[in-house]
Amino acid sequence: MHIDLNGASYETAAQTLAGLIDETGAEADAVATALNGAFIPRDARSETPLIQGAKVEILAPMQGG
Amino acid sequence: MFYDRDIKNRLMLGTAQYPSPEVLRAAIAASDVEVITVSLRREGSGGAGFRDILRQSGCRILPNTAGCHTAREAVTTAHMARELFGTNWIKLEVIGHADTLQPDPFGLVEAARILCADGFEVFPYTTEDLIVGEKLVEAGCRVLMPWGAPIGSGQGLRNIGGLRAMRAHFPKVPLIVDAGIGAPSQAMLAMELGFDGVLLNTAVAKARDPVAMARAFAQAVTAGLDAYRAGLMPARDMAQASTPVFGMAELLA
Repeated sequence: MHIDLNGASYETAAQTLAGLIDETGAEADAVATALNGAFIPRDARSETPLIQGAKVEILAPMQGG
Repeated sequence: MFYDRDIKNRLMLGTAQYPSPEVLRAAIAASDVEVITVSLRREGSGGAGFRDILRQSGCRILPNTAGCHTAREAVTTAHMARELFGTNWIKLEVIGHADTLQPDPFGLVEAARILCADGFEVFPYTTEDLIVGEKLVEAGCRVLMPWGAPIGSGQGLRNIGGLRAMRAHFPKVPLIVDAGIGAPSQAMLAMELGFDGVLLNTAVAKARDPVAMARAFAQAVTAGLDAYRAGLMPARDMAQASTPVFGMAELLA
């Protein structure tokens, strides 16, 4: 299905947010996730289904002021 | 001091814009800071290296919500940061305008209320406006972070009278000057005015020698804090001789 991942269009076979993280190769414990602007805690990723057109953000620690 | 944490070094350092991760690491070490700010972004390259620096620094992490323009974005970012960094501390920024990077006090108070109720320990990036400060304290903030000048401008304390009034108005609330500091003398002035800390980034990161500048800022902040505690003399309009007149010889022939 087609989703929007970190601002770019992305084709995924994953059914859940946890599956998507595995698919992208991101380190599950080193990222935080949001779906359609709402925070999704780590524990809830495997029960969070993806749907066509979902807006997913996978964020990591970065330099900041 | 800041949410019941005893922080001895009152300089807080941002981690962005350094010429290299190694320089960042050295600047943190040279200034001996205890608190550093970080952000959350879409991961590019070098993420793992940055996480190592954070871990090895031993510093307390203050994640920010930089770039958020609405309370909702800031609240979501704060939740993501809490999970990722394992801290309730959040430097809450709700930016009102992309050019001035001025805080949006309405969104800020709204986000602060939501986050404080949810157990966050909020460091709100605000202006020196006293009423906004009061609303933030009512919302549950136990620290306020007024700007010195617009972010990254290096102008120092643009409204000294306003900051002085803020210090007097909130005698029991820890106040940190965040943003706009360009020189160690400006950081020292903030501390001499009785502020409890100074948070800065660009002035160190963009110095020709960031490590030496980090050290200079740490010394200035320490000197300012010592001076404030020691009690500054009041300024006078007129001269007053410091050498006693008593016992002076008559030498006029």
